[in-house]
Amino acid sequence: MTEPLLVARDLRRGFASGGRRVAALDGVSLAIAPGETLGLVGGSGCGKSTLARVLTRLVAPEGGSIAFMGDDWLALGGGRLRAARRHMQMVFQDPLAAFNPRATVGGVIADALRIHAMVPKAGRAAEAARLIDRVGLPSGLTGRSIRDISGGQRQRVAIARAIAVRPRLVILDEAVSALDVSVRGRILELLVGLQRETGVGYLFISHDLAVVRAVSHRIAVMAAGRIVEEGPAAGVIAAPSSDVLIDLIGAVPRLTGIIRPERSEDRQDDAY
Amino acid sequence: MTALARIADLAVTYRGAPAPALSGLSLDIEAGEILAIIGESGSGKSTLARALAGLLPERTKVAGDRRWPGLDGGPRAGRDIGYVFQDPGSSLNPVLTIGEQVGEGARRHLGLGRRAAGAEAVRLLARVRLPEPERIAGAYPHQLSGGQRQRVAIAAAIAARPRLLIADEVTSALDVVVQAAIVGLLVELVRADGMTLVFVTHDLALASGIADRVAVMAAGRLVELGPADRVVAAPKAAETAALIAAHIDLATPPLVGEAS
Repeated sequence: MTEPLLVARDLRRGFASGGRRVAALDGVSLAIAPGETLGLVGGSGCGKSTLARVLTRLVAPEGGSIAFMGDDWLALGGGRLRAARRHMQMVFQDPLAAFNPRATVGGVIADALRIHAMVPKAGRAAEAARLIDRVGLPSGLTGRSIRDISGGQRQRVAIARAIAVRPRLVILDEAVSALDVSVRGRILELLVGLQRETGVGYLFISHDLAVVRAVSHRIAVMAAGRIVEEGPAAGVIAAPSSDVLIDLIGAVPRLTGIIRPERSEDRQDDAY
Repeated sequence: MTALARIADLAVTYRGAPAPALSGLSLDIEAGEILAIIGESGSGKSTLARALAGLLPERTKVAGDRRWPGLDGGPRAGRDIGYVFQDPGSSLNPVLTIGEQVGEGARRHLGLGRRAAGAEAVRLLARVRLPEPERIAGAYPHQLSGGQRQRVAIAAAIAARPRLLIADEVTSALDVVVQAAIVGLLVELVRADGMTLVFVTHDLALASGIADRVAVMAAGRLVELGPADRVVAAPKAAETAALIAAHIDLATPPLVGEAS
Protein backbone atom coordinates (compact mmCIF):
# COMPACT_ATOMS: atom_id res chain seq x y z
CA MET A 1 0.00 0.00 0.00
CA THR A 2 1.19 3.52 -0.80
CA GLU A 3 2.10 5.94 1.98
CA PRO A 4 -1.17 7.51 3.20
CA LEU A 5 -1.77 11.14 2.31
CA LEU A 6 -3.76 11.86 5.43
CA VAL A 7 -3.95 9.92 8.68
CA ALA A 8 -6.25 11.12 11.45
CA ARG A 9 -6.21 9.35 14.80
CA ASP A 10 -8.69 9.50 17.65
CA LEU A 11 -10.03 12.99 16.86
CA ARG A 12 -12.20 14.45 19.59
CA ARG A 13 -14.25 17.61 19.65
CA GLY A 14 -17.25 18.58 21.75
CA PHE A 15 -19.73 21.44 21.67
CA ALA A 16 -21.86 23.04 24.34
CA SER A 17 -25.54 22.42 23.71
CA GLY A 18 -28.21 23.51 26.17
CA GLY A 19 -25.71 23.58 29.03
CA ARG A 20 -24.46 20.07 28.24
CA ARG A 21 -21.30 18.96 26.50
CA VAL A 22 -22.07 17.03 23.33
CA ALA A 23 -19.36 15.06 21.52
CA ALA A 24 -19.44 15.96 17.81
CA LEU A 25 -16.35 13.84 17.28
CA ASP A 26 -15.89 10.99 19.69
CA GLY A 27 -12.62 9.33 18.69
CA VAL A 28 -12.59 9.41 14.90
CA SER A 29 -9.72 7.78 12.99
CA LEU A 30 -9.34 7.57 9.22
CA ALA A 31 -6.72 7.37 6.46
CA ILE A 32 -6.77 8.49 2.82
CA ALA A 33 -4.17 7.33 0.27
CA PRO A 34 -3.07 9.35 -2.78
CA GLY A 35 -5.48 8.80 -5.65
CA GLU A 36 -8.12 7.45 -3.33
CA THR A 37 -11.63 8.66 -2.49
CA LEU A 38 -12.94 7.97 0.97
CA GLY A 39 -16.70 8.50 1.08
CA LEU A 40 -18.14 9.59 4.41
CA VAL A 41 -21.88 9.16 4.94
CA GLY A 42 -24.21 9.78 7.84
CA GLY A 43 -27.39 11.62 8.77
CA SER A 44 -27.77 15.27 9.80
CA GLY A 45 -25.86 16.04 12.97
CA CYS A 46 -23.68 12.90 12.97
CA GLY A 47 -20.49 14.98 13.09
CA LYS A 48 -19.36 14.70 9.47
CA SER A 49 -19.18 18.44 8.85
CA THR A 50 -17.34 18.96 12.14
CA LEU A 51 -14.84 16.38 10.95
CA ALA A 52 -14.33 18.36 7.71
CA ARG A 53 -13.75 21.52 9.74
CA VAL A 54 -11.27 19.83 12.06
CA LEU A 55 -9.32 18.29 9.18
CA THR A 56 -9.06 21.65 7.42
CA ARG A 57 -8.10 23.33 10.73
CA LEU A 58 -11.10 25.62 10.77
CA VAL A 59 -11.93 24.12 14.16
CA ALA A 60 -9.28 22.82 16.57
CA PRO A 61 -9.75 19.30 17.91
CA GLU A 62 -9.62 18.71 21.67
CA GLY A 63 -7.71 15.51 21.18
CA GLY A 64 -6.13 13.31 18.56
CA SER A 65 -3.61 13.80 15.78
CA ILE A 66 -3.55 14.48 12.05
CA ALA A 67 -0.65 13.65 9.74
CA PHE A 68 -0.86 15.24 6.29
CA MET A 69 1.77 14.54 3.63
CA GLY A 70 3.98 13.17 6.43
CA ASP A 71 3.84 16.34 8.57
CA ASP A 72 2.20 16.83 11.95
CA TRP A 73 -0.59 18.94 10.43
CA LEU A 74 -1.87 20.35 13.73
CA ALA A 75 1.61 21.60 14.67
CA LEU A 76 2.37 23.34 11.36
CA GLY A 77 2.44 27.12 11.41
CA GLY A 78 3.69 30.15 9.53
CA GLY A 79 5.11 29.71 6.03
CA ARG A 80 5.10 25.91 6.17
CA LEU A 81 1.39 25.89 6.98
CA ARG A 82 0.64 28.32 4.15
CA ALA A 83 2.60 26.19 1.71
CA ALA A 84 0.89 23.00 2.87
CA ARG A 85 -2.58 24.58 2.77
CA ARG A 86 -2.42 24.67 -0.99
CA HIS A 87 -2.49 20.89 -0.91
CA MET A 88 -5.61 20.56 1.21
CA GLN A 89 -8.52 22.32 -0.47
CA MET A 90 -12.15 22.29 0.57
CA VAL A 91 -15.54 22.78 -1.07
CA PHE A 92 -18.61 23.35 1.08
CA GLN A 93 -22.29 23.01 0.31
CA ASP A 94 -23.14 26.71 0.34
CA PRO A 95 -20.08 28.44 -0.94
CA LEU A 96 -21.40 32.03 -0.91
CA ALA A 97 -19.89 32.69 2.52
CA ALA A 98 -16.57 31.30 1.30
CA PHE A 99 -16.12 34.01 -1.33
CA ASN A 100 -15.16 37.65 -1.22
CA PRO A 101 -18.58 39.18 -2.02
CA ARG A 102 -17.03 41.80 -4.34
CA ALA A 103 -15.18 39.21 -6.40
CA THR A 104 -15.93 38.19 -9.95
CA VAL A 105 -15.97 34.57 -11.11
CA GLY A 106 -12.70 34.98 -12.98
CA GLY A 107 -11.19 36.98 -10.11
CA VAL A 108 -11.87 34.23 -7.56
CA ILE A 109 -9.91 31.73 -9.59
CA ALA A 110 -7.14 34.15 -10.60
CA ASP A 111 -6.69 35.01 -6.89
CA ALA A 112 -6.19 31.36 -5.98
CA LEU A 113 -3.62 31.06 -8.78
CA ARG A 114 -1.85 34.22 -7.59
CA ILE A 115 -1.82 33.37 -3.86
CA HIS A 116 -0.27 29.99 -4.49
CA ALA A 117 1.97 31.27 -7.34
CA MET A 118 0.62 28.65 -9.73
CA VAL A 119 1.09 30.49 -13.01
CA PRO A 120 2.86 33.72 -13.98
CA LYS A 121 0.67 36.82 -14.01
CA ALA A 122 0.41 36.89 -17.81
CA GLY A 123 -1.07 33.39 -17.91
CA ARG A 124 -3.58 33.74 -15.07
CA ALA A 125 -6.58 34.92 -17.08
CA ALA A 126 -6.12 32.13 -19.62
CA GLU A 127 -5.76 29.50 -16.90
CA ALA A 128 -8.85 30.84 -15.10
CA ALA A 129 -10.78 30.64 -18.39
CA ARG A 130 -9.63 27.05 -18.89
CA LEU A 131 -10.82 26.06 -15.41
CA ILE A 132 -14.17 27.82 -15.85
CA ASP A 133 -14.70 25.83 -19.03
CA ARG A 134 -13.59 22.64 -17.30
CA VAL A 135 -16.36 22.84 -14.71
CA GLY A 136 -18.87 23.44 -17.48
CA LEU A 137 -19.54 27.13 -16.96
CA PRO A 138 -20.01 29.43 -19.95
CA SER A 139 -17.08 31.79 -20.54
CA GLY A 140 -19.51 34.74 -20.42
CA LEU A 141 -19.67 34.26 -16.65
CA THR A 142 -16.02 35.23 -16.11
CA GLY A 143 -16.70 38.91 -15.44
CA ARG A 144 -19.89 38.38 -13.41
CA SER A 145 -20.05 39.04 -9.68
CA ILE A 146 -20.00 35.93 -7.53
CA ARG A 147 -23.27 37.13 -5.96
CA ASP A 148 -25.10 37.39 -9.29
CA ILE A 149 -24.77 33.78 -10.40
CA SER A 150 -26.93 30.84 -9.35
CA GLY A 151 -26.09 28.57 -6.43
CA GLY A 152 -25.21 25.71 -8.76
CA GLN A 153 -22.90 27.92 -10.78
CA ARG A 154 -21.25 29.19 -7.59
CA GLN A 155 -20.72 25.61 -6.48
CA ARG A 156 -18.85 24.96 -9.70
CA VAL A 157 -16.72 28.07 -9.20
CA ALA A 158 -15.80 26.73 -5.74
CA ILE A 159 -14.77 23.43 -7.32
CA ALA A 160 -12.77 25.22 -10.05
CA ARG A 161 -11.00 27.27 -7.37
CA ALA A 162 -10.19 24.16 -5.35
CA ILE A 163 -8.67 22.28 -8.28
CA ALA A 164 -6.91 25.38 -9.67
CA VAL A 165 -4.01 24.99 -7.24
CA ARG A 166 -3.51 21.27 -8.01
CA PRO A 167 -3.98 20.08 -4.43
CA ARG A 168 -3.11 16.62 -3.11
CA LEU A 169 -6.37 16.34 -1.15
CA VAL A 170 -9.79 17.94 -1.59
CA ILE A 171 -12.42 17.75 1.14
CA LEU A 172 -15.87 17.96 -0.44
CA ASP A 173 -18.65 18.53 2.09
CA GLU A 174 -22.04 18.08 0.34
CA ALA A 175 -20.33 19.72 -2.62
CA VAL A 176 -22.71 18.35 -5.28
CA SER A 177 -25.89 17.97 -3.20
CA ALA A 178 -27.50 21.19 -4.43
CA LEU A 179 -26.63 20.74 -8.11
CA ASP A 180 -29.08 19.74 -10.83
CA VAL A 181 -28.57 16.08 -11.74
CA SER A 182 -27.30 16.87 -15.24
CA VAL A 183 -24.61 19.15 -13.82
CA ARG A 184 -23.92 16.79 -10.94
CA GLY A 185 -22.98 13.94 -13.28
CA ARG A 186 -20.64 16.16 -15.19
CA ILE A 187 -18.91 17.41 -12.02
CA LEU A 188 -18.52 13.88 -10.63
CA GLU A 189 -16.93 12.73 -13.88
CA LEU A 190 -14.65 15.77 -13.80
CA LEU A 191 -13.54 14.96 -10.24
CA VAL A 192 -12.91 11.31 -11.07
CA GLY A 193 -11.04 12.21 -14.29
CA LEU A 194 -8.86 14.67 -12.39
CA GLN A 195 -8.07 12.02 -9.83
CA ARG A 196 -6.92 9.61 -12.55
CA GLU A 197 -4.71 12.31 -14.05
CA THR A 198 -3.18 13.80 -10.93
CA GLY A 199 -3.61 11.28 -8.11
CA VAL A 200 -5.53 13.76 -5.97
CA GLY A 201 -7.24 12.19 -2.94
CA TYR A 202 -10.79 13.07 -1.92
CA LEU A 203 -12.76 12.98 1.27
CA PHE A 204 -16.27 12.98 -0.17
CA ILE A 205 -18.82 13.80 2.51
CA SER A 206 -22.54 13.47 1.82
CA HIS A 207 -25.80 12.14 3.13
CA ASP A 208 -26.49 10.83 -0.38
CA LEU A 209 -25.25 7.26 -0.28
CA ALA A 210 -25.84 6.60 -3.99
CA VAL A 211 -23.58 9.48 -5.04
CA VAL A 212 -20.95 8.53 -2.45
CA ARG A 213 -20.94 4.97 -3.74
CA ALA A 214 -20.50 6.12 -7.34
CA VAL A 215 -17.25 7.96 -6.66
CA SER A 216 -15.69 6.29 -3.59
CA HIS A 217 -13.15 3.50 -3.30
CA ARG A 218 -13.90 3.10 0.38
CA ILE A 219 -16.87 4.22 2.46
CA ALA A 220 -16.95 5.18 6.14
CA VAL A 221 -20.30 5.49 7.94
CA MET A 222 -20.63 7.98 10.75
CA ALA A 223 -23.18 8.17 13.59
CA ALA A 224 -23.14 10.17 16.83
CA GLY A 225 -19.55 11.33 16.38
CA ARG A 226 -18.08 7.92 15.64
CA ILE A 227 -17.21 5.91 12.56
CA VAL A 228 -19.42 2.87 12.98
CA GLU A 229 -18.50 1.01 9.81
CA GLU A 230 -15.82 1.25 7.13
CA GLY A 231 -14.62 -0.74 4.15
CA PRO A 232 -14.48 -1.09 0.34
CA ALA A 233 -17.50 0.67 -1.23
CA ALA A 234 -19.20 -2.33 -2.79
CA GLY A 235 -18.57 -4.60 0.19
CA VAL A 236 -19.93 -2.17 2.76
CA ILE A 237 -23.14 -1.60 0.79
CA ALA A 238 -23.62 -5.29 -0.02
CA ALA A 239 -23.36 -6.25 3.65
CA PRO A 240 -24.18 -3.30 5.92
CA SER A 241 -23.66 -3.93 9.61
CA SER A 242 -24.83 -0.66 11.21
CA ASP A 243 -28.42 0.52 11.59
CA VAL A 244 -27.45 3.88 10.09
CA LEU A 245 -26.20 2.33 6.88
CA ILE A 246 -29.20 0.00 6.63
CA ASP A 247 -31.48 3.08 6.91
CA LEU A 248 -29.43 5.03 4.35
CA ILE A 249 -29.60 2.14 1.88
CA GLY A 250 -33.36 1.86 2.37
CA ALA A 251 -33.86 5.59 1.80
CA VAL A 252 -32.15 5.85 -1.61
CA PRO A 253 -34.86 6.68 -4.19
CA ARG A 254 -34.79 4.11 -6.96
CA LEU A 255 -35.89 4.41 -10.56
CA THR A 256 -37.63 1.17 -11.32
CA GLY A 257 -38.48 -0.25 -14.70
CA ILE A 258 -35.70 1.41 -16.68
CA ILE A 259 -33.14 -0.27 -18.87
CA ARG A 260 -29.76 1.18 -18.13
CA PRO A 261 -27.48 2.01 -21.04
CA GLU A 262 -23.94 0.74 -20.64
CA ARG A 263 -21.53 3.47 -19.67
CA SER A 264 -19.14 3.68 -22.60
CA GLU A 265 -15.73 5.35 -22.69
CA ASP A 266 -16.71 7.86 -25.36
CA ARG A 267 -19.73 8.92 -23.33
CA GLN A 268 -17.39 9.84 -20.49
CA ASP A 269 -15.17 11.81 -22.85
CA ASP A 270 -18.17 13.70 -24.12
CA ALA A 271 -18.90 14.94 -20.65
CA TYR A 272 -15.70 16.96 -20.35
CA MET B 1 -61.88 10.97 -13.04
CA THR B 2 -63.00 14.55 -12.64
CA ALA B 3 -60.70 17.46 -13.12
CA LEU B 4 -59.91 19.55 -10.07
CA ALA B 5 -58.13 22.14 -12.19
CA ARG B 6 -57.90 22.86 -15.91
CA ILE B 7 -55.02 24.97 -17.11
CA ALA B 8 -54.91 26.09 -20.70
CA ASP B 9 -52.11 27.93 -22.46
CA LEU B 10 -50.71 29.42 -19.27
CA ALA B 11 -47.87 31.93 -19.61
CA VAL B 12 -46.14 33.67 -16.71
CA THR B 13 -43.65 36.52 -17.05
CA TYR B 14 -42.07 37.98 -13.91
CA ARG B 15 -41.78 41.73 -13.69
CA GLY B 16 -38.67 42.97 -15.47
CA ALA B 17 -37.82 39.51 -16.85
CA PRO B 18 -36.79 39.43 -20.51
CA ALA B 19 -38.49 36.09 -21.18
CA PRO B 20 -41.50 34.25 -19.75
CA ALA B 21 -40.80 31.79 -16.91
CA LEU B 22 -43.63 29.63 -18.25
CA SER B 23 -45.33 29.52 -21.60
CA GLY B 24 -47.91 27.53 -23.54
CA LEU B 25 -48.66 25.28 -20.60
CA SER B 26 -51.83 23.21 -20.66
CA LEU B 27 -52.55 20.66 -17.97
CA ASP B 28 -55.50 19.05 -16.18
CA ILE B 29 -55.11 18.09 -12.55
CA GLU B 30 -57.38 15.20 -11.64
CA ALA B 31 -59.15 15.15 -8.30
CA GLY B 32 -57.43 12.75 -5.90
CA GLU B 33 -54.30 12.17 -7.96
CA ILE B 34 -50.67 12.57 -6.97
CA LEU B 35 -49.12 14.63 -9.75
CA ALA B 36 -45.36 15.12 -9.68
CA ILE B 37 -43.91 18.15 -11.42
CA ILE B 38 -40.25 17.60 -12.09
CA GLY B 39 -37.49 19.59 -13.73
CA GLU B 40 -34.13 21.20 -13.12
CA SER B 41 -33.42 24.71 -11.78
CA GLY B 42 -35.11 27.34 -13.90
CA SER B 43 -37.42 24.84 -15.63
CA GLY B 44 -40.51 26.69 -14.37
CA LYS B 45 -41.75 24.00 -11.98
CA SER B 46 -42.02 26.26 -8.95
CA THR B 47 -43.55 29.03 -11.07
CA LEU B 48 -46.27 26.58 -12.10
CA ALA B 49 -46.86 25.58 -8.47
CA ARG B 50 -47.09 29.22 -7.41
CA ALA B 51 -49.38 30.09 -10.31
CA LEU B 52 -51.72 27.28 -9.23
CA ALA B 53 -51.78 28.57 -5.67
CA GLY B 54 -52.11 32.23 -6.62
CA LEU B 55 -48.77 32.95 -4.94
CA LEU B 56 -47.03 34.79 -7.77
CA PRO B 57 -45.57 38.18 -6.83
CA GLU B 58 -47.58 41.29 -7.62
CA ARG B 59 -47.28 42.70 -11.12
CA THR B 60 -46.37 39.31 -12.59
CA LYS B 61 -47.89 38.99 -16.05
CA VAL B 62 -50.14 35.95 -16.25
CA ALA B 63 -51.93 34.92 -19.45
CA GLY B 64 -54.08 31.90 -20.24
CA ASP B 65 -56.85 30.14 -18.47
CA ARG B 66 -57.02 28.58 -14.99
CA ARG B 67 -60.35 26.95 -14.15
CA TRP B 68 -61.31 24.97 -11.09
CA PRO B 69 -64.25 22.72 -12.06
CA GLY B 70 -63.59 20.64 -8.93
CA LEU B 71 -64.23 23.60 -6.61
CA ASP B 72 -67.22 25.86 -6.10
CA GLY B 73 -65.80 29.00 -7.63
CA GLY B 74 -62.15 29.99 -7.54
CA PRO B 75 -59.80 28.63 -4.92
CA ARG B 76 -59.55 30.52 -1.63
CA ALA B 77 -55.92 30.92 -0.57
CA GLY B 78 -54.99 28.78 2.41
CA ARG B 79 -58.45 27.18 2.44
CA ASP B 80 -58.75 25.14 -0.74
CA ILE B 81 -55.03 24.93 -1.40
CA GLY B 82 -52.40 24.12 1.19
CA TYR B 83 -48.80 24.97 0.31
CA VAL B 84 -45.63 23.57 1.83
CA PHE B 85 -42.37 25.33 0.96
CA GLN B 86 -38.82 24.02 0.69
CA ASP B 87 -37.56 25.88 3.71
CA PRO B 88 -39.90 25.68 6.71
CA GLY B 89 -37.41 27.82 8.63
CA SER B 90 -38.51 30.84 6.64
CA SER B 91 -42.21 30.00 6.23
CA LEU B 92 -42.84 29.53 9.96
CA ASN B 93 -43.13 32.60 12.16
CA PRO B 94 -40.27 32.51 14.70
CA VAL B 95 -42.17 34.31 17.49
CA LEU B 96 -45.39 32.28 17.43
CA THR B 97 -45.67 28.88 19.09
CA ILE B 98 -46.05 25.87 16.85
CA GLY B 99 -49.57 25.34 18.22
CA GLU B 100 -50.67 28.89 17.34
CA GLN B 101 -49.38 28.61 13.76
CA VAL B 102 -50.89 25.20 13.11
CA GLY B 103 -54.19 26.23 14.72
CA GLU B 104 -54.38 29.46 12.68
CA GLY B 105 -55.78 27.76 9.57
CA ALA B 106 -58.46 26.01 11.61
CA ARG B 107 -59.45 29.27 13.36
CA ARG B 108 -59.59 31.34 10.24
CA HIS B 109 -61.17 28.90 7.82
CA LEU B 110 -63.09 26.42 9.95
CA GLY B 111 -64.34 29.03 12.44
CA LEU B 112 -62.98 27.27 15.52
CA GLY B 113 -62.50 29.20 18.75
CA ARG B 114 -59.12 29.61 20.39
CA ARG B 115 -59.41 26.53 22.62
CA ALA B 116 -60.84 24.30 19.92
CA ALA B 117 -58.14 25.47 17.48
CA GLY B 118 -55.49 24.63 20.08
CA ALA B 119 -56.88 21.12 20.47
CA GLU B 120 -57.08 20.77 16.68
CA ALA B 121 -53.41 21.84 16.40
CA VAL B 122 -52.37 19.09 18.82
CA ARG B 123 -54.41 16.57 16.83
CA LEU B 124 -52.75 17.70 13.58
CA LEU B 125 -49.26 17.53 15.12
CA ALA B 126 -50.00 13.96 16.14
CA ARG B 127 -51.22 13.25 12.61
CA VAL B 128 -47.91 14.33 11.12
CA ARG B 129 -46.31 11.94 13.63
CA LEU B 130 -44.52 14.40 15.83
CA PRO B 131 -43.68 12.84 19.17
CA GLU B 132 -45.26 14.51 22.23
CA PRO B 133 -47.59 16.79 20.22
CA GLU B 134 -48.74 18.70 23.35
CA ARG B 135 -45.17 19.66 24.17
CA ILE B 136 -44.37 20.59 20.55
CA ALA B 137 -47.50 22.77 20.35
CA GLY B 138 -45.93 24.98 23.02
CA ALA B 139 -42.48 25.08 21.39
CA TYR B 140 -41.04 27.61 18.91
CA PRO B 141 -39.71 26.77 15.43
CA HIS B 142 -36.02 27.16 16.38
CA GLN B 143 -36.37 24.42 18.98
CA LEU B 144 -37.14 21.80 16.32
CA SER B 145 -34.97 19.99 13.78
CA GLY B 146 -35.39 20.60 10.02
CA GLY B 147 -37.42 17.43 9.56
CA GLN B 148 -39.69 18.30 12.51
CA ARG B 149 -40.23 21.84 11.16
CA GLN B 150 -41.24 20.37 7.80
CA ARG B 151 -43.80 18.15 9.59
CA VAL B 152 -45.14 21.27 11.32
CA ALA B 153 -45.40 23.07 7.97
CA ILE B 154 -47.38 20.12 6.59
CA ALA B 155 -49.69 20.14 9.62
CA ALA B 156 -50.31 23.89 9.10
CA ALA B 157 -50.95 23.38 5.38
CA ILE B 158 -53.62 20.74 5.95
CA ALA B 159 -55.28 22.51 8.91
CA ALA B 160 -58.05 24.07 6.79
CA ARG B 161 -58.67 20.68 5.12
CA PRO B 162 -57.70 21.82 1.62
CA ARG B 163 -58.66 19.90 -1.51
CA LEU B 164 -55.23 20.42 -3.03
CA LEU B 165 -51.88 20.19 -1.28
CA ILE B 166 -48.85 21.58 -3.07
CA ALA B 167 -45.45 20.42 -1.83
CA ASP B 168 -42.72 22.56 -3.41
CA GLU B 169 -39.27 20.90 -3.06
CA VAL B 170 -40.19 20.07 0.51
CA THR B 171 -37.48 17.47 0.99
CA SER B 172 -34.55 19.11 -0.80
CA ALA B 173 -33.03 20.51 2.38
CA LEU B 174 -33.39 17.27 4.35
CA ASP B 175 -31.14 14.25 4.58
CA VAL B 176 -32.28 11.19 2.64
CA VAL B 177 -33.59 9.21 5.58
CA VAL B 178 -35.73 12.13 6.78
CA GLN B 179 -36.74 12.80 3.16
CA ALA B 180 -38.12 9.27 2.78
CA ALA B 181 -40.14 9.64 5.99
CA ILE B 182 -41.63 13.01 4.94
CA VAL B 183 -42.59 11.71 1.49
CA GLY B 184 -44.22 8.67 3.08
CA LEU B 185 -46.18 10.95 5.40
CA LEU B 186 -47.45 13.15 2.55
CA VAL B 187 -48.69 10.17 0.58
CA GLU B 188 -50.42 8.71 3.62
CA LEU B 189 -52.15 12.01 4.42
CA VAL B 190 -53.43 12.73 0.92
CA ARG B 191 -54.62 9.16 0.39
CA ALA B 192 -56.41 9.07 3.75
CA ASP B 193 -58.20 12.40 3.18
CA GLY B 194 -58.78 12.09 -0.57
CA MET B 195 -56.68 15.21 -1.18
CA THR B 196 -54.97 15.95 -4.47
CA LEU B 197 -51.19 16.31 -4.19
CA VAL B 198 -48.96 18.30 -6.51
CA PHE B 199 -45.42 17.27 -5.63
CA VAL B 200 -42.74 19.52 -7.08
CA THR B 201 -39.21 18.09 -7.14
CA HIS B 202 -35.98 17.90 -9.12
CA ASP B 203 -35.70 14.22 -8.24
CA LEU B 204 -37.35 11.99 -10.83
CA ALA B 205 -36.80 8.81 -8.80
CA LEU B 206 -38.42 10.31 -5.72
CA ALA B 207 -41.33 11.52 -7.86
CA SER B 208 -41.84 8.27 -9.74
CA GLY B 209 -41.93 6.32 -6.48
CA ILE B 210 -45.11 8.08 -5.32
CA ALA B 211 -46.81 9.80 -8.25
CA ASP B 212 -49.71 8.61 -10.38
CA ARG B 213 -48.62 10.96 -13.16
CA VAL B 214 -45.43 12.86 -13.85
CA ALA B 215 -45.17 16.22 -15.60
CA VAL B 216 -41.67 17.04 -16.83
CA MET B 217 -40.76 20.70 -17.25
CA ALA B 218 -37.82 22.21 -19.11
CA ALA B 219 -37.08 25.82 -20.01
CA GLY B 220 -40.55 27.02 -19.00
CA ARG B 221 -42.45 24.40 -20.97
CA LEU B 222 -44.21 21.17 -20.19
CA VAL B 223 -42.24 18.66 -22.26
CA GLU B 224 -43.85 15.42 -21.14
CA LEU B 225 -46.87 14.29 -19.17
CA GLY B 226 -47.91 10.74 -18.48
CA PRO B 227 -48.31 7.90 -16.00
CA ALA B 228 -45.20 7.65 -13.78
CA ASP B 229 -44.33 4.07 -14.87
CA ARG B 230 -44.60 4.90 -18.57
CA VAL B 231 -42.58 8.11 -18.34
CA VAL B 232 -39.72 6.31 -16.57
CA ALA B 233 -39.80 3.15 -18.71
CA ALA B 234 -40.35 4.84 -22.08
CA PRO B 235 -39.62 8.57 -21.94
CA LYS B 236 -40.76 10.49 -25.00
CA ALA B 237 -38.99 13.79 -24.42
CA ALA B 238 -35.23 14.14 -24.71
CA GLU B 239 -35.27 16.14 -21.45
CA THR B 240 -36.87 13.23 -19.59
CA ALA B 241 -34.38 10.78 -21.06
CA ALA B 242 -31.55 13.07 -19.90
CA LEU B 243 -32.92 13.13 -16.34
CA ILE B 244 -33.11 9.34 -16.34
CA ALA B 245 -29.57 9.02 -17.69
CA ALA B 246 -28.24 11.36 -14.98
CA HIS B 247 -29.99 9.54 -12.15
CA ILE B 248 -27.67 7.85 -9.66
CA ASP B 249 -28.82 5.09 -7.35
CA LEU B 250 -27.31 1.94 -5.87
CA ALA B 251 -27.58 0.09 -9.19
CA THR B 252 -25.67 2.74 -11.18
CA PRO B 253 -22.26 1.54 -12.39
CA PRO B 254 -19.66 3.25 -10.13
CA LEU B 255 -17.31 5.80 -11.69
CA VAL B 256 -14.30 4.35 -9.84
CA GLY B 257 -13.08 0.83 -9.24
CA GLU B 258 -12.27 -0.59 -5.82
CA ALA B 259 -8.93 0.35 -4.25
CA SER B 260 -6.31 -2.29 -4.90
